[in-house]
Amino acid sequence: MATLLLKKLLSFCTTIFIVSLLIFFMFNILPGSPAQAILGIDADEQQIKILEEQLGLNQPLYVQYFDWIKGVFQGDFGESYKYRQPVTDILQDRMPVSFSLAMFSLMLTVLIGIPLGIFIAKEDGKLHSVALSILTQIGISTPSFWIGFILIWLFAVQLGLFPTHGYVPWSESFWGAVKSLFLPSLAIAIGNIAIVIRYLKNSVLDQAKQDYVRTAKVKGLSSNEIVYGHVLRNALLPVLTILGLITADTLGGSIIIENVFALQGLGSLLTTSIDSRDFPLIQSLILIISLIVIVMNFIVDLMYQVIDPRIRG
Amino acid sequence: MKKILQMSFLALLFVIVLSACNSAPEESTNSSNTSGNTNESANSKSAEESAEDAVVRIAMSSELDSLDPHQSSGTDTGSMMNNVFDGLLDTNEAGELVPNIAKEYEVSEDNLTYTFKLVENAIFHNGEPVTAKDVVYSYSKLAGLDTGEPLSDKWAMVEKVEALGDYEVAITLDKIDSGFLARTISPIIPEGYTDQATHPIGAGPFKFVEYKIGQELVLERFDEYYMEDKVPEVKEARFVILPDEETAILAMQSGEIDIIPAISEQGVMQLGDKITTISGPQNMSVILGLNHQVEPLNDVKVRQAINMAIDKQQIIDTVFQGNATRIDSNFSPAMPVYYEDSVEGYYDLDIAGAKELLAEAGYPEGFDLTLTAPSHRAMYTDTAQMIAEQLKQINVNVIIEPIEWSTWLDRVYTQFDHESTLIGFTGKIDPYDILIRFVDGYSRNFIHYNNPAYNQAIENATLEVDETKRADYYKEAQRILTEDAASVFLLDPDRVTAMRKGLSGLKLYPMQKFNLEDLTIDE
Repeated sequence: MATLLLKKLLSFCTTIFIVSLLIFFMFNILPGSPAQAILGIDADEQQIKILEEQLGLNQPLYVQYFDWIKGVFQGDFGESYKYRQPVTDILQDRMPVSFSLAMFSLMLTVLIGIPLGIFIAKEDGKLHSVALSILTQIGISTPSFWIGFILIWLFAVQLGLFPTHGYVPWSESFWGAVKSLFLPSLAIAIGNIAIVIRYLKNSVLDQAKQDYVRTAKVKGLSSNEIVYGHVLRNALLPVLTILGLITADTLGGSIIIENVFALQGLGSLLTTSIDSRDFPLIQSLILIISLIVIVMNFIVDLMYQVIDPRIRG
Repeated sequence: MKKILQMSFLALLFVIVLSACNSAPEESTNSSNTSGNTNESANSKSAEESAEDAVVRIAMSSELDSLDPHQSSGTDTGSMMNNVFDGLLDTNEAGELVPNIAKEYEVSEDNLTYTFKLVENAIFHNGEPVTAKDVVYSYSKLAGLDTGEPLSDKWAMVEKVEALGDYEVAITLDKIDSGFLARTISPIIPEGYTDQATHPIGAGPFKFVEYKIGQELVLERFDEYYMEDKVPEVKEARFVILPDEETAILAMQSGEIDIIPAISEQGVMQLGDKITTISGPQNMSVILGLNHQVEPLNDVKVRQAINMAIDKQQIIDTVFQGNATRIDSNFSPAMPVYYEDSVEGYYDLDIAGAKELLAEAGYPEGFDLTLTAPSHRAMYTDTAQMIAEQLKQINVNVIIEPIEWSTWLDRVYTQFDHESTLIGFTGKIDPYDILIRFVDGYSRNFIHYNNPAYNQAIENATLEVDETKRADYYKEAQRILTEDAASVFLLDPDRVTAMRKGLSGLKLYPMQKFNLEDLTIDE
């Protein structure tokens, strides 16, 4: 286990280093001056010059990179060009939004997706199962922003149950937070639920053809005992990978949904920081998103081993 | 299995029902404490809530670039923060300069020194009176008199700012500049105050309360505002940042937003009779910029042919649903004092004539033209497609190159790397700021236009202090632009502001300004 952890840690550090290097130089060769992007079309040359000096953009690129990476190792991600605040402060504000959104939508995905997936697999071929399968196809192919608008129109505008936009911090009001997160989480979850159902159904049906199922049947186990006692354990493995990816994806930035619901999470921050060429913010955000993806993969790996002891070897 | 299913649906239902039950008390908490979640319905505004306590929520599509008025240049930022700051002068709806902190001014005989007499009852939001030393501090800072480097090119001509008394200030320029007066709408801030970027203090009708990055800006009525008749009716203004227009419209439908300052025609239709609107030209010029250093656009006949082949009315009717005013030079009729109307209809649609001109220029078979269009707004990409269709008729094959906004600013606006491009310039109160874009040597003359007669007209206008003569020079400049077919000057889109029923009084200005002191509450 210790060797495994060490290996993981090493590959993790290498990946982060390469990502940081790529991101830094990739964004810096993009056309567009941060000062001009922040100040916009109405800024004159003098205003741009002053801002460039203030932001330290006159320094050579490698100096900017080393300054930044040195800071990162000391826990200092630099200062945002646009907001003129430490990146860590901004991230501290935004992380809870994205984290809550991801957890909430993950909860909805698991609570709805897994039982429905099993149900559809068990009832495979029957009319209601086919109908549900068609629904999942629609769920996968419908853009989340459109689902978002429909949800706002129905639950916020027509029924007045939820706010149309904005995020209420948990510390301020528990139910306020739940209300502000429910619709965006659902908008994200619907597509993911459909994906989970598809994977789980295929995986369960796949497992059902295996020899051990036949043996279990011969032994006289009931269909529920077979599914929950044996099949599910194996069938959940690929779903776990998908769930890991979904969580990383949502944490990393549900860019469109955050815009639709005017939520100030990492996704919307990433879009505005790219628009304004806010390099310290972009670099830090992508670094963090990469970190999340790597950590999620690591957790999934660990869970694999818990679920399937054979992988431990 | 069934149990798991039931449990999960029950959990879901539980969340929905509980949130619904909890809605009433939540709303009151949210409206006072939180950002974009002010759920207080417009329809449910209780009768006893007087205008005195009214909170108005306004949807803005972009974030603020800086709270410090001397560091910011964002148009939207300016229109919000203009409510917090006052300058020496202000502008009215016709674009004329009117008294503000300065009740009157005089200009010296050599037209170099401007002496302003200040009102004596104006105070900043921190309770300090607004005096001459604050004006000296503010404008010296803008002109960089202490640092040797102005904060903006627009202040480079100021040589000296001095207090002649507690309430009298003289500003001396190093050369005559008739556009200087318009600069004095710039904010006056308290002397020595350095926290503008985090907690701005001005002397305007609203004081700053807080800004949550990317979420909302909260302003509160300043009851001690020195113009007693202009103390706003609205107690609190919340500018909620909603980047997506559809979200803003839905929020207005649910009563969470009261005003959308710039809404599309489709949005107006969607909101139907729930709202009232005001609309009019916004002093913007949307143009098809033609790069004069690119062949064959360096030939005036080719540019004229392109002008004659473009049907502006069709663009207005389709892309802008009729809500725009045709322009024929880089100037909108929204500024009647300086607008030259003789250029109207100068290039009427004439496909045969355009083809003839192209043949004369040596391009009977037409040519390929790349149109670099910023992709962040549908109005540019849609207009680009329309233009491509129209120019097909004279065999000009337009290749549309959509380009991200920051890249446009860099490639087109800074490096002039384009053949043709689409862009809209927001209105300025001084015609010089509008027409300087085409002066040779100006750093943002992105079409490489160079006509000595034009340059001269602009310079003459700068040196002329007589208002009528000055206007004549600007009109001459507009005529030259048109005759030269410097570019294709397309239209000025209407600005449509949607307000919930019960609000009125908002006015349109020939610059982006959102004057909340005009707002009245009818209920």
